[in-house]
Amino acid sequence: MLHTFVSLVDDKPGVLTRVASLFRRLNVNIVSLTVGESERDGVSRMTIVCEAPEHAADRIRASLYKLEITRDVDELGRAEAVIRELCLIKVAAGPTTPHGQHSRSQLFELANVFRARVVDLAPESIMLEMTGAASKIEGLLQVLRESKFEVLEVSRTGRMAMRRGRHTGRVLKALGTKTPDTAPVAFPERPDEDDLPNQFDEDEA
Amino acid sequence: MTDKNAHPTLTGAEILWATLVGEGVTTVFGYPGGAILPAYDALRKFPIHHVLTRHEQGAAHMADGYARASGKVGVAIATSGPGATNLVTGIATAMLDSIPIVCITGQVSSKVLGSDAFQEIDITGITLPITKHNFVATRPEEIAPMIREAFQIAASGRPGPVLVDITKDAQQGTAIFDFENAAPAPYRPHPMLRTESAEMQRAIELMRGSKKPVILAGHGIILSAAEREVLAFAERYQIPVATTLLGLGAFPASHPLALGMMGMHGESWVNHAIQQADLLLAFGMRFDDRVTGNLASYAQNAKKIHIEIDPSEINKNVKVDVALIGDLKEVLNTMEPLINDKNYASDAGSRNTTTDWLREIRALKGDAAVRDIINLPDNGHLYAAHVINDIWQEAKAAGRLDKTIIATDVGQHQMWEAQYFKHENTRTLVTSGGLGTMGFALPAAIGAKMARPDCDVWCIAGDGGFQMTASELSTIQQEGIHVNVAVINNGFLGMVRQWQEAFYDKNYACSPILSPDFVKLAGAHGIPGAHVTERKEVTQTVTEARTAPTAFLINFSVEKEDGVYPMIAPGAALHEMVRRPNPLIETAEDE
Ligand SMILES: Cc1ncc(C[n+]2csc(CCOP(=O)(O)OP(=O)(O)O)c2C)c(N)n1
Repeated sequence: MLHTFVSLVDDKPGVLTRVASLFRRLNVNIVSLTVGESERDGVSRMTIVCEAPEHAADRIRASLYKLEITRDVDELGRAEAVIRELCLIKVAAGPTTPHGQHSRSQLFELANVFRARVVDLAPESIMLEMTGAASKIEGLLQVLRESKFEVLEVSRTGRMAMRRGRHTGRVLKALGTKTPDTAPVAFPERPDEDDLPNQFDEDEA
Repeated sequence: MTDKNAHPTLTGAEILWATLVGEGVTTVFGYPGGAILPAYDALRKFPIHHVLTRHEQGAAHMADGYARASGKVGVAIATSGPGATNLVTGIATAMLDSIPIVCITGQVSSKVLGSDAFQEIDITGITLPITKHNFVATRPEEIAPMIREAFQIAASGRPGPVLVDITKDAQQGTAIFDFENAAPAPYRPHPMLRTESAEMQRAIELMRGSKKPVILAGHGIILSAAEREVLAFAERYQIPVATTLLGLGAFPASHPLALGMMGMHGESWVNHAIQQADLLLAFGMRFDDRVTGNLASYAQNAKKIHIEIDPSEINKNVKVDVALIGDLKEVLNTMEPLINDKNYASDAGSRNTTTDWLREIRALKGDAAVRDIINLPDNGHLYAAHVINDIWQEAKAAGRLDKTIIATDVGQHQMWEAQYFKHENTRTLVTSGGLGTMGFALPAAIGAKMARPDCDVWCIAGDGGFQMTASELSTIQQEGIHVNVAVINNGFLGMVRQWQEAFYDKNYACSPILSPDFVKLAGAHGIPGAHVTERKEVTQTVTEARTAPTAFLINFSVEKEDGVYPMIAPGAALHEMVRRPNPLIETAEDE
């Protein structure tokens, strides 16, 4: 099954290798991994989606936590979270494409329906940008292909995840564990009873 | 502003040594070379004793032996390239046994990093999976903070090896040295257990409900210095204690509650007790495959409480009912008052006594004593078990058991050591358990002797493994230290031969091994020695070695095709062991 981890790590050279090497060692395939700045100086935020057996989640989380460069790890498991992905799609849209002259207007319509944006217009192609749940992006790609559009290039960021509002406090509290004067939280924690199953596929903006 | 006098400007090399001094280091093990030469150039200005090894693997094992014997962080030093790669086996050995060592390697200048310069190798890349953490210092001002953090990481939480790679220009450049200011941020506390947690409550309920508990005593007891707490716990609740290989010494072997070593070569009653237990209390151990046998049939009737500092060990091999994450000593100290607090856990009745269970376990011993080679009359053969037993008896008779450290190599002799040397005291056994590294014993013994000069230190090695690092005999002489060496010489890579006998139709492919005359080899190093071929010579020769003014080597020519029993075949259940033959019923194969 798919597991989603959010890991806050030091922003230093070699950190990505350490995280990636851990998954290699555990023989777990990374489906996607995104890294970027977080709200804190010197701390990067990674969202790692991986394919692993259900019971593996605790161990992966604990192993991630063991890396010296890791500040905190959250496993989104069954928690309510917003999970998003950004995708750029370049589609052939010149006069010689199958849909000929109509291709552009059809693409504009499709983009509209999927709430994608046209970010580049070239004589032979159009680039679409879409943000959303992975399933929405896959939906757009599928429609494009089924409508015989030629998809020239696809670039996806991989999923980014953030717990929904009411959990923020807990995450912040977890972050506080790194300072000696606040009480550390128990770990690994069991999912709360009220945690809803992750709306991985259905999640809407 | 920095006070120039309080905080001198030093070269990176000087900063390195000054930081080590500040961390309390008095002894390091190493081997020089080009990229670390600036550091060596500065060495003699500092009160640090450097042991020149004969191979960098030896340096890492010595640092490891030093750490195991003393509980302090061991330090190994090597140059870049081949010096650094030679450390790898030693680092991996320390990693798998959670031993705190800091390895320092020289590296080519930062200007040429990444250019495949002479003796450049990506040692931080190579050691990434076998260190707890590693660093590269490319500027002199990074050295002190990195070394200090390395010490902190190596020693805290679940200990392990840390490597610091220092470029040559970082050693040569200068920076202001401020030891205090280089202190790392407080170690991120391991996620501690809360005393009021539901897990603790469940653990206590399980304890109260158990009639047949067994404590599984692991290396974590020693690492957490919880020997006294575990002893008190076992005694108070009368719980028998089975020990892992690395846990030997954590609980006194002669204690009435001590069962002995569990697992692949554990005594039959120990493994039977585990299989029949209704509760296992795993104290700082990790359910390694060598102690569980077939997982599907492992202790099926037992609830399991796992007290462990490393959360990634929880449910890794064996699914447990309760996990208490934290330092063993702290957890036990938290648990103690709660167990007795009747109001704490729900009323599960007062705890059962274990008198019946202890009687049952005694009955499990059955005819084990009859089968034990130690109790057989001298039949003219010299068995390795005899040798180990007699080394133990000799130390005991001399009243030196608490001051005798045994460093073993890997193979049959290692298992016989574990079976027949009864370790009463913590940190008296130095052995490579997780990685099973042949060649470990001699350098580890040297490290142990450097850490504990007051102790009698024995290197017990097979004829195969001893030859892997025998060059360190020369180190012994250069240091002028007294390490006793017992080579258990059976003319075979014994453990391999035993497996070939058991599982490969006695196809002894490449397991017979030729050895030099080890006594002459020792003699060539100026180390006296003796050949022992008969049981009656063992004790007196052992005494001669122990009381000798210098190092001493004994070559024990033992039974060639002897086997370690009991033995659990790979894939078999813990209770399905091949036992020693009963001489009253069966005829021993090698007679
Ligand atoms: C470096 C290394 N290489 C190979 C092995 C595999 N191995 C395990 S035990 C053993 C035989 C050891 O023979 P010896 O040193 O003579 O000791 P004995 O078993 O006879 O006591 C071997 C080859 C190992 N553990 N370590």
